[in-house]
Amino acid sequence: MNAARLQWCGEGSDATVLAVSGPCTMRCLPGVLAQVDTLKRAPTQLDLSELESLDSAGALVLLRLLNPQQQYRATVAHIRGARPEHLALLNLIAEAASTPVSPHKPVSGWRLWIERLGATIVGLWTQMLQLAEFFGAINACAWSILRGRRKLRMTAVVHHMERTGLDAVPIVSLLCFLVGAVVAFLSATALRDFGASILTVEIVSVSFLREFGVLLSAILVAGRSGSAFTAEIGSMRSREEIDAIKALALDPVELLVIPRLLALLVMLPVLSFLAMLSGIIGGALVGATALDISPVMFLVRMQEETELYYLWLGLLKAPVFAFLIASIGCLEGFKVTGSAESVGSHTTSSVVQSIFLVIVVDALFAVLYMQLDL
Amino acid sequence: MPCSLSSICNWTFEVTGPDAQNVIEVRGLVNRFGAQVVHENLDLDVRRGEVLAVIGGSGAGKSVLLRSIIGLQEPAQGQVQVLGEDLRAASAARRAEIERRWGVMFQDGALFSSLNVLENIKVPMIEHQPLPLDLMDEIARLKIALVGLPADSAHKYPSQLSGGMRKRAGIARALSLDPEILFLDEPTSGLDPLGAAGFDELIVTLKKSLDLTVFLVTHDLDSIFTCCDRVAVLVDRHVVAVDTPARIAEHDHPWIKQCFRGPRGRSAQGALALRLQGA
Repeated sequence: MNAARLQWCGEGSDATVLAVSGPCTMRCLPGVLAQVDTLKRAPTQLDLSELESLDSAGALVLLRLLNPQQQYRATVAHIRGARPEHLALLNLIAEAASTPVSPHKPVSGWRLWIERLGATIVGLWTQMLQLAEFFGAINACAWSILRGRRKLRMTAVVHHMERTGLDAVPIVSLLCFLVGAVVAFLSATALRDFGASILTVEIVSVSFLREFGVLLSAILVAGRSGSAFTAEIGSMRSREEIDAIKALALDPVELLVIPRLLALLVMLPVLSFLAMLSGIIGGALVGATALDISPVMFLVRMQEETELYYLWLGLLKAPVFAFLIASIGCLEGFKVTGSAESVGSHTTSSVVQSIFLVIVVDALFAVLYMQLDL
Repeated sequence: MPCSLSSICNWTFEVTGPDAQNVIEVRGLVNRFGAQVVHENLDLDVRRGEVLAVIGGSGAGKSVLLRSIIGLQEPAQGQVQVLGEDLRAASAARRAEIERRWGVMFQDGALFSSLNVLENIKVPMIEHQPLPLDLMDEIARLKIALVGLPADSAHKYPSQLSGGMRKRAGIARALSLDPEILFLDEPTSGLDPLGAAGFDELIVTLKKSLDLTVFLVTHDLDSIFTCCDRVAVLVDRHVVAVDTPARIAEHDHPWIKQCFRGPRGRSAQGALALRLQGA
């Protein structure tokens, strides 16, 4: 692209009029700017009689050439020979570009760091308050449903049971099957040296009944359904659908939260049970194929050594996890503001928070069970 | 016969050259969504330096026409030439070359929500025409001033702006690379009457001062009478008429009659007549 040429009018080093010829548009600005850099002094006047074309960016560069102080209103007077349409554009640009720039200074260094630290702490605190408030709202709503003041949306509950429970069956059982196989392999490798490979049965069954079954399905459901809750409610919020629900004298908690919560409360224990089964099947398969523990022996050993109440200890945790995942997922959805980016960040935050809380609460349960000698 | 030779040259030059009078030529355009035919053998020309409005009822395919012209919608049949180039036949490099010579404002501005207004306007420059940072900042501020946004909106994010301001910021981003053609999708929809009138004025000012060709899709009769040179009426899958607003208002097509001689059409024309008398 051939750019405009800048040439001094007249000879010698005291020439003050700069002639600009050729096109001076955005496309050829790099060429023009390169020539501006080689000028040894600023011109006091521009001669535009040879100028071919001009656009707003080109006009701005010419004005800057004459007056680096960004006060362009008087600058146009120092331009001569310009075509009327170019002059009109220069006038318009001079007028528009002379509007005062609003001061916008980014806060720097230490202050920013301390500000962010403070904001994080305050954010954590308000988040806890909001979570407590939300638990309260859910309880109040559930209570009024129980007393018959509000309706339970059965259709929505069943719909969410299908999406969060039934649709998750393949992935949860496959994953637990694989983890069960891995646990069996690992423990067999460690126990073989002691001739105690048979203890693999206890390790797989106890770990899946008490911990892994419910923990793995809770983590998967948090990633799969908790995030979906946040994204669904969040995009409804950013399109003002939540406001519409409120304006129609309806309760968003009743309409959106309770069905999701109830569906998870029912389905997470079911999923956990399936997870336990598939984990144990995975362990048994490894036992049969690699460790010389036949399935019958596996079952007999499991019946002898594993207590039935381990199953109940594991399943007891599932509703607690379900409550955490559903309420955090929905609450993060309600916190979305406006933009699509906000939907994304709250979805991330919802998954991180629910997985974190699930693991923390699981650890608390472990301590509790230990104290109770269970 | 030098005279006839030059006239032939002129003729071919006018049709295909970069200075051809028509910057957009649509020929035999067919668009279908499943069994539903939106456009059938649609022809339309847009001349250099004019403001052309496409009007038509809701669902008449106005926005689809705009999307076909700028290449977001692959037509089933037909040819679309923009600035003398058939975009479907052109190589990717040629396409990009043409694409940076137009600017598009989508209905709600379509600003990138993670960037503030200033950064939004700088995106096309940074990607296509990198310049020194302070110059890009100043060009972006200039565009903000040109579209009539207050200077302090530069550092605001799209979610902090009102609908009208988002539209203005959308135009500022479309103008970022100093395009030759400006496409506007329903620029005045969702604006209050004062805001809409301001927008019409803005379109006229920008067209005059920046030497733009403007293609706008609208159903606002006021804008048609205040800022358009020609109007194309899109009814029943065709462009049934293209002419100046005043002559379109006299057209005999039943839809046009209903639209322009209904109460809103009459009031828009009356307002225009009053304004002309005042001037």
